[in-house]
Order: sequence, then C-alpha cells, then structure tokens
Amino acid sequence: MVLKIHKDHQRFRQIVKGRIRDDLRRFLTRGELIGKEGKHLVSIPVRGIDTPTFRYGENDDGGVGQGNAKAGDAVGPPDGEGIGPGGTEPGQHIMEVDITLDELADILGEELKLPRIKPKGKHQLTSTKDRYSGIRQSGPESLRHFKRTFRRALRRQIITGTYNPDRPRIVFERRDKIYRSWRTVLQPQSNAVIIYMMDVSGSMGDDQKEVVRLEAFWIDAWLRRNYQGIESRYIVHDVRAAEVDRHTFFHLREDGGTKISSAFKCARDLIEARYASDEWNIYLFHFSDGDNSSESDNRECCRILQDQLLPRVNMFGYCQVASAYGSGNFINVLHEHFSQNESVITSRVNSKEDIYDSIKAFFTPGK
Amino acid sequence: MSTRLPKEIAEQVVTIAELAREEGLDFFQTIFELLDADQINQIAAYGGFPQRYPHWRFGMEYERLRKSHSYGLSRIYEMVINNDPCYAYLLNDNAMVDHKTVIAHVYAHCDFFKNNIWFQHTNRKMMDEMANHATRVRRYIDRHGFEEVERFIDVCLSIEDLIDPYSPFMRRTPMEHPHTADRQRGVENGITRYPAKGYMDRFINPPETIQAQRKKLHAEKARERRVEPVKPLRDVLLYMIENAPLEDWQADVLAIIREEAYYYAPQGQTKIMNEGWATYWHSHLMTRYCLRDDELITYCDHHSGTVASAPGRLNPYKIGLELLRDIEYRWNTGRYGKEWEELDDVEKRRNWGKDKNPMPRVKGKESPGREKIFQVRKIHNDVTFIDEFLTPEFVDRHNLYHYRYDPTTGRMVVVNRDFDKIKRQLLFSLSNHGRPYIYVVDGNYANRGELYLAHKHNGVDLQIKYAVETLKNLHKIWGRPVHLQARIDDEMVLFSYDGHQSNQQTITEDLPKPAHDV
Repeated sequence: MVLKIHKDHQRFRQIVKGRIRDDLRRFLTRGELIGKEGKHLVSIPVRGIDTPTFRYGENDDGGVGQGNAKAGDAVGPPDGEGIGPGGTEPGQHIMEVDITLDELADILGEELKLPRIKPKGKHQLTSTKDRYSGIRQSGPESLRHFKRTFRRALRRQIITGTYNPDRPRIVFERRDKIYRSWRTVLQPQSNAVIIYMMDVSGSMGDDQKEVVRLEAFWIDAWLRRNYQGIESRYIVHDVRAAEVDRHTFFHLREDGGTKISSAFKCARDLIEARYASDEWNIYLFHFSDGDNSSESDNRECCRILQDQLLPRVNMFGYCQVASAYGSGNFINVLHEHFSQNESVITSRVNSKEDIYDSIKAFFTPGK
Repeated sequence: MSTRLPKEIAEQVVTIAELAREEGLDFFQTIFELLDADQINQIAAYGGFPQRYPHWRFGMEYERLRKSHSYGLSRIYEMVINNDPCYAYLLNDNAMVDHKTVIAHVYAHCDFFKNNIWFQHTNRKMMDEMANHATRVRRYIDRHGFEEVERFIDVCLSIEDLIDPYSPFMRRTPMEHPHTADRQRGVENGITRYPAKGYMDRFINPPETIQAQRKKLHAEKARERRVEPVKPLRDVLLYMIENAPLEDWQADVLAIIREEAYYYAPQGQTKIMNEGWATYWHSHLMTRYCLRDDELITYCDHHSGTVASAPGRLNPYKIGLELLRDIEYRWNTGRYGKEWEELDDVEKRRNWGKDKNPMPRVKGKESPGREKIFQVRKIHNDVTFIDEFLTPEFVDRHNLYHYRYDPTTGRMVVVNRDFDKIKRQLLFSLSNHGRPYIYVVDGNYANRGELYLAHKHNGVDLQIKYAVETLKNLHKIWGRPVHLQARIDDEMVLFSYDGHQSNQQTITEDLPKPAHDV
C-alpha cells in the first residue's frame, strides 16, 4: 500500500538535502566519513531543521526524576519525554539524518555544479535498462504479478469469509490485482580506474596526509557515482615508488627525499600492463608538497607526463598540499609546461577548508 | 484503511467493553483498526489521524518513528483519537495479550476523553475536520503554489503554541443590561441622571456635572479605541488572525493551525492523568478478568516496560497510575480532610485510623476511593492533580528526587528529595506544558502599528536565539516591526525585529511604554 505520508517524507528528505548542500563545505572536512562507500548510510547532523518557537533557555532549576539515586549522583540527560523543561543538553536542535554516500555525492555534484563526466573510449554509451524492481496497482495485464495477486485475493476471501477450503476457488477482483513495475536504470558501460599517487617523503606530515585522505575520499565518492565498477590503485613514493594497498597508502610514513618521476614511471608501467587506454577511463591524481629533489627530475617528470601519461589518461590532477618545509615548486613547473593542456589540473590545498575548491577545480571540466 | 478485525480480536473488543462498562467506565463508541507497523507509523506521524495537510514535518516525524522502530528502540502499542466515535489502532504483529491490554487501555482513554472537563470543548468530529483542513490546504497549494503555502505554514508553526488553553471556557461578557440600581438612578449611555421633577432638574442634575461626565466618557472611549488589545492576550494566534494584514488563504491556514492546536491542548494538559487512568484500568481489567495463565509473563513484562522509569525522567504512566492508586487508598482509609492535611507528624500519619475502631476494609467498586478517582478524572488536569494529591509520603515511597545542572561536572545531578522543591518543580514543568507565557500587550506600539509581546517571567529566562528567530517569523505575519519584552538575567530587555535586522536593548524610562503590563 502506498502511504500518504511518503509525499511528506520525500519533501522532508528534499529539505534535508538542501540543508546539507548549504553546509557542504563543513561536511567536506569531516574525517569520519572516510571508509564509507556507495549504498552505505552515513549519519549527518543537520542544523536548523526545527521550527523556532518561544521556549525556555538554560534552566538552572533542573527537574524531577525517579529512582534510587543519592544526592550528587549524575542522572541521564532528560530529553523530550522527560518532565521538566530541558535545554541544558547541548545541540538539541541538531538532528541526525541518514543518507547514502551516493546521495551525498549527488549533492556534492549539484552544489559544485559538476558536470556529469563524459566517458571516453569505445564503451562511451551508457545503456539504459528496464529493471522490474517494484510493484504497483495498475498496469497492463501482461505484467500482472500472479503470485501477489493471488495472495491478495486469497487473503481478502479469507477475511471476508467467502473462502471455502473444500472448494478452494479464488476469484480476483479489480482491487486484488498487482502489477510489476519497472524502473529505468542507467548503466554506465565504461570502465574507469583512479590511480592515486602520494609523496610520502619526510616533509609530508600527518596533517598533510589527513588532507590527502579527505581529498582522495571525495574524489573517490564523486567518480564512483559516475562510473560503475571503478578501480582504485595506490602508489606511494619518495625517491622510489611502489604500488601499495589502500590502507598502506593512507598510513605509510617514510623519510627521505623526493623523486616525483619515480611515481610517474610506476604509474606508466601500471597503465601499460593493465589499462589499455582505449578501453579505460584513467584518472591520475598526485598529492605532494611539491618539493622535488632536483631540477633534472622536474624535467624528467614533464617529459614522462607529456609523452607517456597524458595521451592515455582523462585527466591528471595535481594537488599540492602546503607543508612546513620545502619550496613547493613543482606546481609552478607544471604551470610552466602545461598551462595550455586541459588535461592537467592543479590545485593548492593549504587546509581542509580548501578541499571544496579543489574538488571543484578538478571536476568542473567534466572529463 | 478500513480493515475488518479478525474474529478473536473482535470478540475481545466486545468482551472488554462490557467489563469496562460494568466497572463504571463511560466511553464513546470505539472503532478498532488493525494496521501494520508502517501504517501505524504514518498515523502516529500525523498525530493520530489518517490524514493531514501536506507538510514536511509529518515526514520528519515518520522518518524518526520508522527508524526507531526498525532499530527496535521503540514500538507504538496503541493509539487512540479523541473523537466521537473514538478511533483506536492495533498493531498487527502484536500478540493477543498485547491486543487485550491495548483494548482495555484504550477504553479508559476514551472514557477520559468523554468525561474530563478539559476535553469538553474539543471538536468530537475532529476526524472529519482534519480531512477538511487537508482539503483546504491542498486547494490553497493548487492556487498559490506549494512552496508559498509551505513557507507560510513553516512561519505559522513558529507561534503554534501561543494559544490560551483556558479560552474555550471563557464566555464573552453578555450584552450589558443596565443594572437595576443604575436604572433607578437613571444611568443612560453612561451618564448618571437622577430622577427629578422638571423644575428641580437643574439643581439635582446640574448641567456642569452632566457636561463633565460626558467629557470624561468621551475621553475614556477615545483612549479605549486607541488601546489594542483591551487587555493582555495570550491567544496570539487569534490576535494575528483578526488583526494581521493577511490574505484570506493565509488567515485560513492560520485558523487551521490554531484550531488544531486547541484540539491537542487538553492532551498536553492531562498527559499524566490520562495515561495514569488508562494504565490503572488496563491493569485492573487484565489482572482481574482478562488474563489467561499462559499470558501472564508476557503481560507482566510489557506492563512493567510501560511503567518503567529511567533516570532523569518521569514516566507519566507510572506517576499517574501510582497517584491514582494512592488517592483510592487514601479515600478508602479516611486519609483526607482538614485534620489529616494539617497533621505534620509522619508517624501519626502512617498510623492514621489505627487508634480508632478498625474500619471495615473497603476497596474496589463503589468504595469511596473508587468514587473519588472517578471524580478526579472528571475535574482535574495535570497541574491541579499534582497540586492537590502529591503528598510527602508519595514522594518518599516512589523515590522522587530533584535534580539540577551542576556547573562543575557539566552534568545533571541529583540534589535532594525535598518535597516542596519537587512539587514546585513538577508544577512548573507542567504549567502551560512547559512553555513560556507570552502575551500580546500592544498591537499599536508607540502608535506605529507595531506589535509588542511580553514574556511573563516565572523563574526561567527565554532562550534568546530561538526568541530572535521566532520574532523574525512573527514579522512575516504581522508585516510591521515586532517586539518582545523579556527578562534576561534580571534585566528587562526588548528584542525587536523590523524586517531587516534584529535589535536588542535594555528597557529604560526613555522607551515608549506598551499599552499593558504583564
């Protein structure tokens, strides 16, 4: 049975999403979302959903409770059901709302006005498919859900007492009939891989890593929303580079110098081995504090990027995290060589608050 | 929506109704419906009704209920609407013993709705009225747009609780009949003229006096015309409907919200009594008549869940039930009246009546105690109920305590078990349903058509942030600047909103005075 309240419920969800959008900047800096994906529900505190009314403020006089407590014992916070005006517990006007990460990614997309990504390659068509996933009370006879219809008719006859177990004859009425209904789903056909590269040299501290984690998380969330079956690869480097798993990627800490070209080479080898560029949408993201060891390595990086990586990938995103040490020169090198190239996008992230703009910079071109 | 009840439940509905009537309960015809959890949640979100006007807050409530139901945190056992006939809903995955308990519980609620005087002015055809409200609001939505109407409802809900729960009981002063004494003295149009022979009239009713009276009267009338409202009003909603520059549909939406607020008000005023009464009777009927042996454990489990109390929280079911039982016991053992009230000695109070001839043990039907609680359920609301019947013995026996915020630990801690303090605290939290008293004191403040509200302070300050936001919403209705006078930290403060910015100032002699004080 379709409930009337669903309309109000929908409207409420819509309002909630609006509020989340308004507060998106704040949510982007929240670390606890990391690790969630896709259909996972995430709890999000939403402000200002309630209606302001005249009410009592801080009540120094407390209230009345019942139980075997002694003077001085702490009691649980009184809430709505309690007798005695509340108001002492902090943040009572904040409400936790559950939404899926996909919905959150959609909100991100809407708020940042990110275009849907146009996949490249031969599988660039998204196919539409009808999926019979629901039921409804009207429809063509050919789609009648026999089992459910039968069950309803049976139930009705039993309830009204017209069912005769000796002569079990079930007659459908109009209101018993249930039909299958379908939903048209978009199925992105293309394959995509994200290769994250991170500088783990001595100059990248925990704060920087935290920023990288968050940034990578949101990149992941948005790309996953656009592609089905997306793969992620992780490469860390100092003077040497190696592919690692996700956990190591985010937690590894090395000392030592920086040779960015090592990561680029590693990525190149990975792409050549696994991801043929005519079949895969490839995203490269590199996080570093931009303090490369030498000029010559900078040149080497540009050469690999120009000749071997850029022709194969959808985009190369370089995110430079501010660090206490080092010159942070690499971003300038990239600007110098690739300012004309649309596939290369750079952004500086000095703190968590910059993630918002960084994501926007990366995905606005819609590649 | 209408589902016919399974035979076993239908039988219980009849049986329990007979038992309840025999015990003296007097209720409207009651219609039970069997619903699944989702349907129950919908109805609960709609405040007990099968339909309401479209608004997101019902959706919000629905989400909350559904979530806590699916996490197993709470379960709605019963719901009943104050209507004639009463409608009550049963949850279809409850066990038979739960159904029986609920049915007994519901009949007591219906009895309460029908007989408690605080409910006597509620609309008994509210089921239809709610449906009409929904239709009206939908029509406005069709005509003026969804968001427009929704925005206006949001604004109205800000002042939804600014009603006067006592106003349904007030009668407008009847048409002034000149008092007999006045007529003898010859008061006419407010001017006193003593009867006199024509030639004496000039001396008995000197023209100057008549003239002076006329002048005074004029001045009074003129002043009255300017002063609006005539006296401080608690029914801010009504004042808005009658005086704010609203379009017809807006005034109607506001009237709908007001009507519904008045409908729900008595339920807020009698929560403890109503639930106590219903629990008293389901307990009585179940344990006396309806329970089968194999249902006993389940019943006890669920009943104790209903009356369980958590720290820092008073369970209205528990307090109501125990107070009613206490009253019944006291009236059956003669523990009432002036002599008992004035007795301070705890020991003597405990042994009350033992020195006299042993009284015959009276209890149950037609005992003085039972009759007393029937009277109590007729004339009291929660405030008067607690005020009249909460005794130190009761507070002691039921371990009530008073708690308050402890700034050193930042938690709520138990302070003591002082009877006076506990009673005062309880009464305070029940007065006006724990909401502040707000009055319209001037509708034409400083002769500028501005609205002036005042908070009547009785111990606790208003929360400033919410008050400021509420003023903004109020401005959307009133259209002219709005002010709220409140006492904050022992200082009189005037909060204002003029449509552009909020302002807050200490009230000094320089400020124009509103028409009334509260």
